[in-house]
Amino acid sequence: ATPPSPAPAEPRSSSDERNQSRINPSRESMDASAAAAGGGDGTQRTLNPYVTGNSVIAMKYKDGVIMACDTGASYGSTLRYKSVERIKEVGKHSLIGGSGEFSDFQEILRYLDELTLNDHMWDDGNSLGPKEIHAYLTRVMYNRRNKFDPLWNSLVLGGVKKGPKGDEKYLGMVNMIGTHFEENHIATGFGNHMAIPILRGEWREDMTFEEAVKLIEKCLLVLLYRDRSSINKFQIAKITTEGSTIYPPYALKTNWGFAAFENPSKGAVGTW
Amino acid sequence: SAQNGLRSLRPPRSRRPRRNLIKEGRKRDTGHRTAPLRLLLQATNSGDSTTSPPSSPPSPTTAMSRRGDWVYENNGGTCVAIAGADYCVVAADTRLSVGYNILTREHSKICELADKCVIASSGFQGDIKALQKNLAARELLYQHQHNKRMSCPAMAQLLSNTLYYKRFFPYYAFNVLGGLDSEGKGCVYSYDAVGSYERTGYSAQGSGSTLIMPVLDNQLKSPSPLLVPARDAVTPLSESEAVDLVKDVFASATERDIYTVCFPLSVPRDHRLLLFIHLPLY
Repeated sequence: ATPPSPAPAEPRSSSDERNQSRINPSRESMDASAAAAGGGDGTQRTLNPYVTGNSVIAMKYKDGVIMACDTGASYGSTLRYKSVERIKEVGKHSLIGGSGEFSDFQEILRYLDELTLNDHMWDDGNSLGPKEIHAYLTRVMYNRRNKFDPLWNSLVLGGVKKGPKGDEKYLGMVNMIGTHFEENHIATGFGNHMAIPILRGEWREDMTFEEAVKLIEKCLLVLLYRDRSSINKFQIAKITTEGSTIYPPYALKTNWGFAAFENPSKGAVGTW
Repeated sequence: SAQNGLRSLRPPRSRRPRRNLIKEGRKRDTGHRTAPLRLLLQATNSGDSTTSPPSSPPSPTTAMSRRGDWVYENNGGTCVAIAGADYCVVAADTRLSVGYNILTREHSKICELADKCVIASSGFQGDIKALQKNLAARELLYQHQHNKRMSCPAMAQLLSNTLYYKRFFPYYAFNVLGGLDSEGKGCVYSYDAVGSYERTGYSAQGSGSTLIMPVLDNQLKSPSPLLVPARDAVTPLSESEAVDLVKDVFASATERDIYTVCFPLSVPRDHRLLLFIHLPLY
């Protein structure tokens, strides 16, 4: 079930578009019989995402890393859940944001709980930094892909930890088949197409928190206008050496007062 | 008549070949495996057409292709290596792309496995990372067991075996291994995705390889492999000339291949140092 991809057929469509597969969940029965017929072993694997989270945008700024996403989760084309927290703290030094299948994101949070618990129990004065957690998640995603049983997510991992060169900010992404990289600004899902161009043009190394929030709000607004699965309820989170803060959800001001919207039936009598 | 159903459509008994299918079936009887076929033949023979033939089982290839269309993606990129008399130049571009998107412009495809052995891989980045990690771990084990680092020819064989190990679920990685052999001469090994490899004097792999290989063939004047005694394909060019050639060749590939860029290149030399050359072309 390939999603309708905006890119032409020749290069493979972005893996994030797999997250956007707007399939009708009642096709589950069709896929079940397909899986049984194909695999013959009766077990089912995640073949399509059902409850999906939207894009996550993140970037480094002067004091640390800022991450933002909306609080919606869609069930196919329905905006089913509107108060879903898709950014969570991991240990002392990192934030994780997940888009894609929300139940798989919750599973990943359980894995990370176990990881950080074991790390805490070592009680050796050291704690897992964002780079280590990113590497761990990359291995988890890749190995699940090898078993043809993926965690259908694109994860964003950001954090700050003291390193040999002082406080080192880290921001990376992993997708469902294990493709991973580190960058100064990351966006998953539709953000890859709409927010990244803005970030590439306007991101600077030494942005203050207020400037970073303004830039991120600009990206979130574009997604709100143009991504149909986005809702007007966002959460911003930041992480610095002092710790992490996940701010309460809020809405952005939108502007629909364009002349073309004012009298939409002007040129077409009978339309609504 | 309608009562007979399908029987009326079948040719008359005299025209159908006479075969004792039950006897035949019994000879080959290996139990449950031939049961469906046996039942079908018995049904036909006795003229009873109510048992419908079993539907053909779905072939494993359709299942694999259905499962398999999301497991790989091509993250693009090009890798080049040129061997010289006492050096080896290994270069790769740093763009990571998915479809028409650029994920990042600064992702290295090169891994220094041993002091005289460097691998550059292009293809699916998840597999590349896993493969390079695998090889680096094996090299570390070798170091601990043999108290010396792995030589380039040894790593070449290991890489081939590692790739073939996953012959039926391949690493989507197109590799070029470069380094110095035990005599100190440059060596380049070129691989396909499942491990067939060859020692050559120069190689290019990845999305821009078809654009780069002809240029290298033209510039590096490789002797024919049919010559006896075999001639070395190692180039007589100096190291700086080879580096310039590599830069030029990447510049050309960048013009026409969307997955390749010119910035920056990692160009490791022999064991002395690892050189990163940043080109102002973007």
